[in-house]
Amino acid sequence: MPEIFERRSRESHGEWVITRLIQTAGYSSIFFVLMILYFLLANGLPVMKDVSLSNLFSTVWYPIEEYYGILPLILGSLVVTLGAALIGVPLGILTAVYISEIAPQWVKEALKPLIEILAGIPSVVLGFLGAIVLSPFLRESLNLPTGLTALTGSILLGAIAIPTIVSISEDALNTVPRAYREAALALGTTRWQTIWGVTVPAARSGILMAIMLGIGRSIGETMTVMMVTGNAPVMPDSLGALFAPIRTMTATIASEMGEVSGGSPHYHVLFFIGIVLFLITLGVNVMASRIAFRQRKRSERVLS
Amino acid sequence: MDKIVVEHLNLRYSDGTESLRDLNLVIPANAITALMGPAGGGKSTFLRALNRLNDLADVVAQSGRVLIDGKDILEPEMDVIALRRKVGMVFSRPLPLPLTIYQNVSYGLEVAGERNREVLDKAVKLALDQAELWDEVHDRLSDPAEALSGGQKQRLCLARALALKPEVILLDEPTSALDPVATAKIESSLSELKKNYTIVIAPHNTQQTARVADWVAFFLQGEMIEFGPSKDIFTRPKDKRTEEYILGRYG
Ligand SMILES: Nc1ncnc2c1ncn2[C@@H]1O[C@H](COP(=O)(O)OP(=O)(O)O)[C@@H](O)[C@H]1O
Ligand SMILES: [Mg+2]
Repeated sequence: MPEIFERRSRESHGEWVITRLIQTAGYSSIFFVLMILYFLLANGLPVMKDVSLSNLFSTVWYPIEEYYGILPLILGSLVVTLGAALIGVPLGILTAVYISEIAPQWVKEALKPLIEILAGIPSVVLGFLGAIVLSPFLRESLNLPTGLTALTGSILLGAIAIPTIVSISEDALNTVPRAYREAALALGTTRWQTIWGVTVPAARSGILMAIMLGIGRSIGETMTVMMVTGNAPVMPDSLGALFAPIRTMTATIASEMGEVSGGSPHYHVLFFIGIVLFLITLGVNVMASRIAFRQRKRSERVLS
Repeated sequence: MDKIVVEHLNLRYSDGTESLRDLNLVIPANAITALMGPAGGGKSTFLRALNRLNDLADVVAQSGRVLIDGKDILEPEMDVIALRRKVGMVFSRPLPLPLTIYQNVSYGLEVAGERNREVLDKAVKLALDQAELWDEVHDRLSDPAEALSGGQKQRLCLARALALKPEVILLDEPTSALDPVATAKIESSLSELKKNYTIVIAPHNTQQTARVADWVAFFLQGEMIEFGPSKDIFTRPKDKRTEEYILGRYG
């Protein structure tokens, strides 16, 4: 009797330690996020003292002459990301539909690991390929003065977003009950009508989430865009900007952070760009998780 | 009149299951034919052969003939889409498409190319009427079908099949997820519908078979043991296994 009692208490002791450990790990990630946020704000917000708002939100980025207009950088990021979305979203969704609805088993088994490999390619390698293969190709085939353009970045970022979009969309398609497809087919619909009319709409929220997360990945991507977009901080003002060099927020921070002296206005502006980037990414992620939340609530309602 | 004639139908799945073995049977028009028997007997497999839904499953071998109005529907050149419009199906899970009530019923017609609002409206009303659902939903046709009760959903699934003006209706345990009241409604629609349709149903228990069937086919492990008028099967079955099943000796 006392022996059992002792063992119990030892067990619960171990239990206590493990619980605390897990708790600490959980809290520490919150702590780190808060630290990062504090660090960003502490180094970015002083910009308000050094640089006037009209300078900060102007269209000229030329730090040596104290022109700190971040609009070309924000728009640069948006143009490249939009281009990436235009390329990555349709391709990603079509690939997911193909893998989950059409491909024979052996193709499925070949494609899935390939997509995972694509996801695992370091972005610097993609950037390298972009610089020596894609950009000369674009320059010649489109007859451009340079192949280092927003479009080049978009294509590569599209390739980076595709694995995320494919794997999450495919999961969403796979959770559509088989019975939906059979019900539609039993009504005399063709396979395509079933896919576009029933299966894809039923997986809609999962696919939307896939798109959000894919776009989120491409906004934050640095190395690839730095290597292939030419890095010219020009204000993109028309569709033609896609075929010209551009500069993104991430590339600006990465390439200039090494040269600035700590505490200078330039230094603070770079951190301020970091805050903007953080807010955009946060917004995209919040949208994605709200979609996911809505989807869960709906499935709970359906199942109850 | 003989609507469906099945001759020497054999079917084997890729896992080696002989799910149908030398099936011979004649299904009369304008009557309810019930497929009775324990689970795994091949009832669903047989129903899904009648609208070629088995095309999707991994069937490795299929032989024999299934004639509907004298035409062999198992032929590879059969127009499967047209067949499925002529042979409608209701499944055991009352699962409307993720659309509105109206769209669920009009869906089959719309993908078939029907665009005329008036024609669609009329067809939707008629189908919902036939499924005895119109009175309950006529004032909320544009609500999501998800909002209906289980029994209403199943009648909606019946209506969406009826909207295509099929000649044959297949039902695979259509009431297994429903309460007795909802079950009774489906059964009463069926006895009304049989005047104009050929109905083949796998009821979800023997009592239901007794209630709805005009003809009964007893399926056991891929074989059809006995076929006859419902009254004969229940009062004087020819085969001992049929009798044992009716008396409740199988699961
Ligand atoms: N898609 C399938 N793949 C492999 N075997 C199947 C499949 N569907 C049914 N079977 C097998 O075929 C037999 C008959 O099943 P089924 O037609 O569902 O019978 P019932 O509807 O009478 O319960 C069972 O042994 C079952 O395991
Ligand atoms: Mg069954």
